Amino acid sequence: MSTYNSLAEFAQTWGLVYFFVIFAGVLVYALWPSNRRSFDEASRVPLRED
Amino acid sequence: MARPVETKAFTLEEMGYTLFLALLAVVCVIIAGKAWEPQMAIHAAVGAVFAAIGIFLIIKGYNDRSGQPAQTVDGKPNYNLGPVKFASVASMFWGVAGFLVGVIAASQLAFPFLNFDLQWIQFGRLRPLHTSAVIFAFGGNVLLATSIYVVQRTTQARMPGIVTPWFIVLGYNAFIVIAGTGYLLGVTQAQEYAEPEWYADLWLTVVWVVYLLAYLGTLWKRKEAHIYVANWFYLSFIVTVAMLHLGNNVRVPVSVFSYQSVQVFSGVQNAMVQWWYGHNAVGFFLTAAFLGIMYYFVPKRAERPVYSYRLSIIHFWALIFLYIWAGPHHLHYTALPEWASTLGMTFSIMLWMPSWGGMINGLMTLSGAWDKLRTDPVLRMLVVSVAFYGMSTFEGPLMSIKAVNGLSHYTDWTVGHVHSGALGWVGFVSFGALYCLFPWLWNKKEMWSLKLVSWHFWTATIGIVFYICAMWVSGIMQGLMWRAYDKLGFLEYSFIETVAAMHPYYVIRATGGLLFLVGALIMVYNLYMTVVHGEDAESATAGSPALAPAE
Repeated sequence: MSTYNSLAEFAQTWGLVYFFVIFAGVLVYALWPSNRRSFDEASRVPLRED
Repeated sequence: MARPVETKAFTLEEMGYTLFLALLAVVCVIIAGKAWEPQMAIHAAVGAVFAAIGIFLIIKGYNDRSGQPAQTVDGKPNYNLGPVKFASVASMFWGVAGFLVGVIAASQLAFPFLNFDLQWIQFGRLRPLHTSAVIFAFGGNVLLATSIYVVQRTTQARMPGIVTPWFIVLGYNAFIVIAGTGYLLGVTQAQEYAEPEWYADLWLTVVWVVYLLAYLGTLWKRKEAHIYVANWFYLSFIVTVAMLHLGNNVRVPVSVFSYQSVQVFSGVQNAMVQWWYGHNAVGFFLTAAFLGIMYYFVPKRAERPVYSYRLSIIHFWALIFLYIWAGPHHLHYTALPEWASTLGMTFSIMLWMPSWGGMINGLMTLSGAWDKLRTDPVLRMLVVSVAFYGMSTFEGPLMSIKAVNGLSHYTDWTVGHVHSGALGWVGFVSFGALYCLFPWLWNKKEMWSLKLVSWHFWTATIGIVFYICAMWVSGIMQGLMWRAYDKLGFLEYSFIETVAAMHPYYVIRATGGLLFLVGALIMVYNLYMTVVHGEDAESATAGSPALAPAE
């Protein structure tokens, strides 16, 4: 039971922090102003003829 | 043919696959001889035949090729399209078969005499045959075709390997044959959407690992610095399905000579693992991977870039972060601890955000090109699929709320919900992708007949509307009848009364399914005519005479 409790507590605290940090990182990466140009370019990848 | 300088050699890859298949054939023959049950003997024999065919194809391929396949032809990447063509045609075949079995199963529910008292075709065996045929055989082949096509096109690189891409596609279809015939013979481990027994599971694991490696290998070889977003969705699908498949198939075979196995998890743990698997099969097989199709084919067909590439990145991460936790909503009001069920509900509701973000991203890609909806039925199909995606991802979280689930669960509402997603979203986005792919693969200008695409679109749409409306009415009625009490506190209806009340809706549902099947047959005819009689694209190899268009 104590193993369960400690695992559950770890998941409920550090799991939350972990997810929050990663998702914040995704937001920063996606919205970072200087990335705009490369994303605009990337969005045209399917349209390029080869 | 491109570089005669190179000497032809039987590559290590070809040798490896040949040895592996030879070993497999021997093992299969031994198992077939010593099998405990006739089903196992049949399947082992089929496995031995498939392995032998594999070896034959490898040697034939070696004889037919001259040197290594060129990476580029005339400065353009030499994409490997053979396996893509095979998977596209296979998806057509399995699609029609799966829809047909669905119509038969739906008719059996409306008219039980259609079971004909034959064990092989009774509803209990046809139902998993239908679900696996449409999800894994039809959907799976569409995903193999589109993913192998898209990853090569967006990386400008040929998928590595001579045998490998074919092994993935043919190996996957061999799995489908083993799984499907198993259901009819009564071979099942009785886990929803994970019915195939242990040996089929092992085989799929091998195929899937090769698929992952080949996909990663193509990304590794890429000429394009950025990995286009559709590839992320495909890759998350491949990785997650591997994880789910291993997690939900932890079983101990009774013997290598028996098809039967014993599950390791029991009781509510088994139920939880099963629905962790089941819901993420929806989330990663039927959603993430088909979003990969959306992010490539909608921009391509509309000739517009994705509405917001930033939104697509957020869409991707939010979707894969949230989906994996939603499974417990299948187990409300059961032995599952309440916190787990609440967790599943909460994450399901949060899924509204990325789902609708993705839908908006797909729909808004048409901004500036909305007029094409009037003239291009293929684009209409793709856009309506995205609209159905939005609708069913709104309905799903709603049904995951415990109070709503108390009414909807175990009723036909669930069946209707699944089909608005499966027919509307997965079906239409697949049809749209096939209508794009066939002319591209066979180097044709356009589909043979856009008018028939329109006919397919409307027949199937009306079919879906019949289907889901009938199931809404029938499901909610069923739920309300189950919970109706009379003034003395007794249940107002016996179970059989609810069944009798649903009969008309079952007939409507079967009719809707029949219309959807007719639509698919129109598509098959049109795709066939495109390949055989379609007008060649202008960029066709110089020298080949232009064929006269059929109309």
